[in-house]
Amino acid sequence: MTSMSGGAPSRRREFLGGVRDEAPILLGVAPFGVIFGALAMAAHLSTAAAQAMSSVIFAGSAQFIAAQLLAGSASGLVIVAVVFVVNLRHALYSASVAPHVKHLGPVWKVVLAYLLTDEAYAVVITHYNQPGDASRKHWYYLGAGLTLWSCWQVCTAVGILLGSRIPEDWPLSFVLPLTFIALVVPNLRERSMVLAALVAGLTGALAMGLPLKTGLLVAALAGILTGLLAERVRQ
Amino acid sequence: MSIWPTIFVAGFLTFAIRLSFIYLLGRITAPEWFMRALRYVPAAVLSAIIIPETLTWQGAVVLSWRNPQIWAAAVAILVALRVKNVLIIIGSGIAALLVFQWLLAAI
Repeated sequence: MTSMSGGAPSRRREFLGGVRDEAPILLGVAPFGVIFGALAMAAHLSTAAAQAMSSVIFAGSAQFIAAQLLAGSASGLVIVAVVFVVNLRHALYSASVAPHVKHLGPVWKVVLAYLLTDEAYAVVITHYNQPGDASRKHWYYLGAGLTLWSCWQVCTAVGILLGSRIPEDWPLSFVLPLTFIALVVPNLRERSMVLAALVAGLTGALAMGLPLKTGLLVAALAGILTGLLAERVRQ
Repeated sequence: MSIWPTIFVAGFLTFAIRLSFIYLLGRITAPEWFMRALRYVPAAVLSAIIIPETLTWQGAVVLSWRNPQIWAAAVAILVALRVKNVLIIIGSGIAALLVFQWLLAAI
């Protein structure tokens, strides 16, 4: 990598690159935003509270579970604890992007951390892992993150307006795992990476019964450990 | 009881989780094995989301050839092994889902 920042793409080009690469992912995210808005209305949340969940919490699966708990009139403490556990996987994302944003100031770090969702992370980390001058890649992150954020806010609003007029068993929810397939599979080049993915996927399937998506965390850690062990075996 | 404190506390905790290592790694140097482990985060976490979501069909776990999502995911993975374009991969998965949904309903 050269140290000349003159060789890096311009801020504008990085930003627009992030917007462009995040756009296809919206196909999978948009239905979820709409369904969340509708679900929140069904749970008798006020319009403002439903929209605030999307902008303050800004984490799809946690919002779904929180809205369901609210409908079942769970206590605030339970909801907060559940949201915390469901979102713990973001600590892994945080660790993963941390080395790439290390050189940035506190304002950038705060903004980029706020935008660190599953769908933004998947796109952004792919970009960071590509060769080339990385000195302005945080603009790409910002572009991808804001694109997803805007989509989530607008789709929540649409869901709030449409309310219960949305059929529940849309196979549309499957578009999200499909987008993850599109982001993961082309990057599975090394054997240790393939093994990490396989073990994480299988463990995830076996651990589906665990409450609050903790199976996801267990599976992710099992996959990461497998990758590290596979590296060691080859040496 | 107002729902607003719940929303703000949940939002703050979510943000704190997301900021955690971004903040820490600016201050401390992480051990070498930790940095190597990070390379596996995307493949591991996203695979751990993909497989359970694929097995969940209409709200229940369906581990059978009758679950069209398993077929659609297989098609998408095969396409993704050859093509990098995200839209083509998603499109092939959706098309496969519709075809297999129709086929399996016809059987």
